[in-house]
Amino acid sequence: MKARVFVTLKPSVFDPQGRAIVEALHSLGYDQAADVRQGKYFLLDLNVPTVAEAEKMAAEIADKVLANPVIERFTIEVDGAAK
Amino acid sequence: MTFAVVVFPGSNCDHEAQYMAETVLGQQVRMVWHKETSLSDVDVVILPGGFSHGDYLRTGAIARFSPIMGAVKAFAERGGPVIGICNGFQILQESGLLPGAMLRNRDLRFHCEYISVRVDQTDTPFTRLCTPGQVLRVPISHGEGNFFAETAVVDQLEKDRRVIFRYTNVHGEAVDASNPNGSVANIAGVCNEQRNVVGLMPHPERACERRLGSDDGLILFRSAMDALATRGALQAV
Repeated sequence: MKARVFVTLKPSVFDPQGRAIVEALHSLGYDQAADVRQGKYFLLDLNVPTVAEAEKMAAEIADKVLANPVIERFTIEVDGAAK
Repeated sequence: MTFAVVVFPGSNCDHEAQYMAETVLGQQVRMVWHKETSLSDVDVVILPGGFSHGDYLRTGAIARFSPIMGAVKAFAERGGPVIGICNGFQILQESGLLPGAMLRNRDLRFHCEYISVRVDQTDTPFTRLCTPGQVLRVPISHGEGNFFAETAVVDQLEKDRRVIFRYTNVHGEAVDASNPNGSVANIAGVCNEQRNVVGLMPHPERACERRLGSDDGLILFRSAMDALATRGALQAV
């Protein structure tokens, strides 16, 4: 079962890398690019039989390891899960 | 007195810490590999700077799971003095022993330079010989030292007097121009609730001899020796 975990800085946290990127976009003429937030993407291959178990395990892993709750939050997508 | 210097794969300030404690201060040093599980034979624990586990995932995020960290937590719970320097501070944050987290420096640059930090609190084992407001000249060397915590957390830290070090100018004024990385409230170092675990981004162990540019950092480790000597004297009574 494949689970995708997206980790981004919380909205309240300043993202200096995102800021540098948006400034680069503006210098390229993409004035409509209002903001950029940089994050991380993890693809987990989990040996569990059901979507529900994959979602639960991915959430646990994201919470314990992949994201630091002080500054980050995460979203999870599992193949076959209802959107 | 025995200092433990915990060595993670990627630690690179472990030998500076050893040199400072052994050669400059004349103390015993035990280099403790991160796979070890006991700290029962040491008096002070130093988590040194570096790039543990290559800083993969986040700074300190993998080192937190090293076997030795269970012993570090137990040592801290017993009231033993623990100091995390730079990456060591980040590991203590990831472990939940110290609050906050580090963001990239606000200018996205790695800063390697001498700066000034003010000692705001002297009731920790690492600052007890300092005078309140004392300004130390010590180096920083980091790309991710931008201390962040939610406003409510920072307010509580201030209320509990747990901000131990602040980036200032040479006059001890915490102005924005003296903030090298964008840290909230110019925070350079904090302690835990029990005040025996201290973390800071500057490198006091590198400022251990005049010929290196400064020996201002020694007072932190002399403080720890003083704290233990005093505690030992009290226990002997």
